[in-house]
Amino acid sequence: MPVEVESKRPVIDELGREVDELVVNIGPSHPSTHGVCRIIAHLDGEIVVKAEPVIGYLHRGIEKMAENRTYLQVVPLTDRLDYVGSMYANWAYCRAVERLADIRVPERAEYIRVIVCELQRIASHMMGVGASGADTGAATVFIYAFEVRERIVELFEELCGARLTYNYVRPGGVSADLPDGWIERCREVVRWAPDRLLELDRLFFGNYIAAERMKGIGVLSQSDAIAWGASGPTARASGVTFDIRKNDPYSVYPRIDFRVPVGENGDCFDRGRVKVLEAIESCRIVDQALEQIQPGPVAAEGLPRLLRPRAGDAYDHIESARGSLGVYLVSDGSPRPFRMHVRSPAFCNLQLLGLLARGHTVSDLVVILGSLDPVFGEVDR
Amino acid sequence: MSPLLWGGLFGLLSGTAIALAALFGVWWERKVSGRMQMRFGPQQAGPAGLLQTLADTIKLVLKEDVTPAAADARIFRMAPLLVFAPVALSLLVVPLVTGWAPLDSGVGVLLFLAVPSVSVLGVLLGGWSSANTYGTLGGLRGAAQMVSYEIPRTLSVLALVVVAGTMRPSALMGAWRLWWLPLFAVAFVVYLISSIAELNRGPFDLPEADSELVAGYFVDYTGIRWAIFMMAEYGGMLACSLFGAAMFLGGTNGLPGLLGALVLLVKAVAIVTVIIWVKWSFPRFRQDQLMRLAWKVLTPIALVQLLVAGAVAVVWLR
Repeated sequence: MPVEVESKRPVIDELGREVDELVVNIGPSHPSTHGVCRIIAHLDGEIVVKAEPVIGYLHRGIEKMAENRTYLQVVPLTDRLDYVGSMYANWAYCRAVERLADIRVPERAEYIRVIVCELQRIASHMMGVGASGADTGAATVFIYAFEVRERIVELFEELCGARLTYNYVRPGGVSADLPDGWIERCREVVRWAPDRLLELDRLFFGNYIAAERMKGIGVLSQSDAIAWGASGPTARASGVTFDIRKNDPYSVYPRIDFRVPVGENGDCFDRGRVKVLEAIESCRIVDQALEQIQPGPVAAEGLPRLLRPRAGDAYDHIESARGSLGVYLVSDGSPRPFRMHVRSPAFCNLQLLGLLARGHTVSDLVVILGSLDPVFGEVDR
Repeated sequence: MSPLLWGGLFGLLSGTAIALAALFGVWWERKVSGRMQMRFGPQQAGPAGLLQTLADTIKLVLKEDVTPAAADARIFRMAPLLVFAPVALSLLVVPLVTGWAPLDSGVGVLLFLAVPSVSVLGVLLGGWSSANTYGTLGGLRGAAQMVSYEIPRTLSVLALVVVAGTMRPSALMGAWRLWWLPLFAVAFVVYLISSIAELNRGPFDLPEADSELVAGYFVDYTGIRWAIFMMAEYGGMLACSLFGAAMFLGGTNGLPGLLGALVLLVKAVAIVTVIIWVKWSFPRFRQDQLMRLAWKVLTPIALVQLLVAGAVAVVWLR
């Protein structure tokens, strides 16, 4: 376990008192850093004076690698961005490509994309809430959350053969049509899931100790959320009503009736609770989309095998489970992107850690990190 | 029999009992928590996975015994025993059969409450001597917690002593009447909560807090020394549930010999199951909340219970 204890040096706090500061290195290999986050925590006893996230341990240079691949070959790379919610990165990238190359996506494909992405939202939030449970020491919450996630991952497996990196959403549509009977099985899952989600809500958020541990911890004010560029459940828990599905509607979302849950206090409790409520709302979205979906093609026809979009640039964003996920593409007319950049919500939300953790204890630091729900594939890219 | 021989014999028996309890306890915990989490728990080694813990123990014994270079070696090696020995010793005064305990002392109850406190030293020294920040924090947390929860625990048992008028465990168990159950229900809950905290088990497992301190005070221990820490935990669970069953739940109910011992054991396993159940369904407290619970909630409640017990003893039993 890599632990560094720096030699003591006098540290003066804001009130001019000398603080006996202990520097503890947490991670990059630690049970609750959600991947490979490293935090350098300056502690005064158990109180966090300063917490600094150190990122880059999962940097694979995906944005650079994309420059050497054709537009279609980049899709599997995007799987590895947010590996808890691969469908989002697939979709955000494909939307940017479609905008760049003026591709029209068939309606059925749009519905399938909405269905898989909302299922992905449930699966991703279950990972986030379950990990928050594990962070506070409630191991059973994690397993309860994974029961729901498992059913969804099984649906995805049936759809595209993969359980984690789907490579399913492609420029112009999706890679394959829904298998026979998939709609019924999916409907069964989204009608069964809300009860399980409410049970999870009672088990975890209804628990006295959990409320004690998370209420009033890591409070993010509405103005700070906006100033720091937070998005997704992290911003909505602070009362910011920003959701790209509503504020910049895309795909077939305008035809679907759904609410966006918003928190009040912006603490860890609200950040967790908003995720559960969002997952329940996603069940409703999927249910409606399954009703509305019509037979038809699932990929744009007449697409060349080697896409050569016009020279220019395009940016498109979608509401991923973690927030506003955007992909910026520059084309020079060749079959390969000239430049790709990913606006990663996990990266922007992770910046808040230092702000939120100050003045709380080490135990809270872990809970706060878990409530921000970072996925390091996306943070480091 | 010379006291030394008797001590040696008891040490051997107590160590074996704790080893067996740990063997069963780990299996039982894994099975119960497995069922709670839609899993099966161990299945492969032996019938219903009963030998899984044995296999794990053999693995642990064969592992390398590492002492970190920066550690204070002598204290580091001694700490697990310092945690284990008091737990084994506390089993000495638990009445197992009607009217009999291995050491049926007139101050048995006091001994049971006082001796496990020595474990605090082991936790503190183990964490400190590892020369590891996680270990140090875990050890300090453990010391603060175990010292605090002594008080409500002692007070809750004291209520029984006041009514029974004796500190001799076997006599206290013999004096048990059914109306004690409602009278001491609150004391039993206080006893159970503070015992869980004494044992450093969830939701009070802050000293080991795997999500923040990785393993806390025993983060640097390997192999057999780590196993001794674990055995102390399960031995402590055995001791506190046996003692709780004997004092609060009527123990053997006056049944003779092995039959009584069986009744006591069943009650103890029920208490162990509750402890496991609590651990696997609740999140963990934070340090300040833990202290608040001990000093501002449990201690006053236990004091009120003691007052009530005193009133009953003075007014009614005179």
